[in-house]
Amino acid sequence: MKKQTENKPALEVKKTRIWTGPQIVLALIIILISLTCLLPFVNVAATSLSSKSAILSGKVTFFPVELDTRAYKAIFSDPAMMRSLWFTIGITVVYTAFSMVMTILMAYPLTKKRMAGRKFFNFLALFTMYFSGGTIPIYLNIKELGLLDSPWSLILPGMLSTYNMIILKSFFSALPNELEEAATIDGANDYQILLQVYLPLSMASLATLTLFYAVGKWNSFQDALYYIQNKSYQPLQLKLYHLIKGSQAVDIAAMEGGSSTVATDISESIEPASIIFATLPILVVYPFVQRYFVAGVTIGAVKG
Amino acid sequence: MDVPAAKKPRRHKGWFKRDWRLYTMLILPVAFYLIFCYKPMIGIIVAFEKYNLFKGMWGSPWVGLDNFRFVMKMSDFSSALRNTLFLNFVGLIAGFPVPIVLAIMLNELRSTGVKKVSQTLLYLPHFLSWIIIGGMVLQIFSPNSGLINATLLKWGWIDKSIPFLTDGPHWQFTYTLVGVWQGMGWGTILYLSAITGINMELFEAARIDGANKLQQIWHVTLPGIRSTIVVLLILNVGQMMNISFDRPQILGNAQVRKFCDVLSTFVYRTGIENHKFERATAVGLFQSLVGLVLISGANFVSKKLGEDGIW
Repeated sequence: MKKQTENKPALEVKKTRIWTGPQIVLALIIILISLTCLLPFVNVAATSLSSKSAILSGKVTFFPVELDTRAYKAIFSDPAMMRSLWFTIGITVVYTAFSMVMTILMAYPLTKKRMAGRKFFNFLALFTMYFSGGTIPIYLNIKELGLLDSPWSLILPGMLSTYNMIILKSFFSALPNELEEAATIDGANDYQILLQVYLPLSMASLATLTLFYAVGKWNSFQDALYYIQNKSYQPLQLKLYHLIKGSQAVDIAAMEGGSSTVATDISESIEPASIIFATLPILVVYPFVQRYFVAGVTIGAVKG
Repeated sequence: MDVPAAKKPRRHKGWFKRDWRLYTMLILPVAFYLIFCYKPMIGIIVAFEKYNLFKGMWGSPWVGLDNFRFVMKMSDFSSALRNTLFLNFVGLIAGFPVPIVLAIMLNELRSTGVKKVSQTLLYLPHFLSWIIIGGMVLQIFSPNSGLINATLLKWGWIDKSIPFLTDGPHWQFTYTLVGVWQGMGWGTILYLSAITGINMELFEAARIDGANKLQQIWHVTLPGIRSTIVVLLILNVGQMMNISFDRPQILGNAQVRKFCDVLSTFVYRTGIENHKFERATAVGLFQSLVGLVLISGANFVSKKLGEDGIW
């Protein structure tokens, strides 16, 4: 309480200095640019909650017109959609766990200068950032391994990101060497040092990488499009892709003078509702995790 | 016998006994690299074969460079190559300066509250998949009922819907605009951190010499982030041959096929949809090799200019 009363006058002095004429103009421009990142969502959300006639007549801007929540009811009562949601959550969790284990196991030994062959293993990882087999050889490899149409094709092929591994490596390297020396004198082996000394000290960067992996997997659709035909293994993004591509065909048919036969009441709002449905999990966690990402990008850029 | 042993005195005698645990850690990740990154590199030989699904890559007959010759003559390939280079080039010209300007503006902003909130909003598109963004774009730019066309029609600025997604040049514009919009906020991060690294005394000195805000930006801020700008520009040029799959795939449609088909979508259609694996592999290899040359060249130029290379 005392601190607040002391700070108050200082804050007021500062405030009068902040808002000069040019600063107001600058703030307005920046706010306007930032709003272009928010308003599309608001529009899509409003559309998803509006009636078909309102959408078709172009009345919907940023508020729902003739509120209609049936699109969401349809999504939540669609077993295929819900199964896809749970499938995507499962894939994301397993993938992220695997990825973190692999990333830690690769990054930690590479920080040990005393290890023979360190340069070789380092090159083995770095080379993959600049050259790869390409789309088709990778696809044929998955096919040969018998992973086509298996959930593992969405987990295994991308489970170690060299970029993320470098971020973790540079974080491990920044920890003082004395920690390891002290633990060695106490008789700890490499596994104990990693688990009991390094990992507890790296919680912030581990959190960052976990989020990197999780968001990446949640958003990925290319691998599913390539490897998955079986409808019960379709992640949300792929379902959404088919939905969007399908409705696009309908739109074009309608423009060219044909009429769509499946004119249910929610035909116009089901797609925006699905977009919001697939985005909601990201939007909910986003404000909390955003700062970790920013920290991760700067570390990666310095050392990458 | 003593000579080789004496040659490596630095190596601790019991190195394996001491470090074997480190090697056990490497087993899984190294297996991953070998199985999922290096093994497919062997599969590149498919590009030189008449690939037969049943005979596999070892049993299929060898045809040398025939696949490359065939692909180079395909009109679809040349249009995909042209579109890739064009969209990347326009995207670079239009998109590269935007994060720099935005970062400088954010840096000049004194209100931390406005700064934080706007940064949160500006980074948002980076966290969404291109499927989500594509879905939104198709919604918002759609003819008649889409937000943009509906608004412009209502205000009387246009009489007829603008075909943002169904006419070639308009589609190229929409594609570029959406790319710039998606990347602008996230792109500021590196510039902002470079600006923080500039010595504050330089600004102080410029102010004392009577420099106004714009002069300070021109003579202090921009030179201060010069090396970041150069490295990122060169990296971007090195990526000219690479184009993501998601964005052209979701934004493209049959009406603008000639404009939206790029190398990544061409490879997908030829290889995975139509099972012409050898042709698609040839295109992929061509793309990888040119990409490798470009990125090495970019690295070389970067070092020549006295900046940090990327390796």
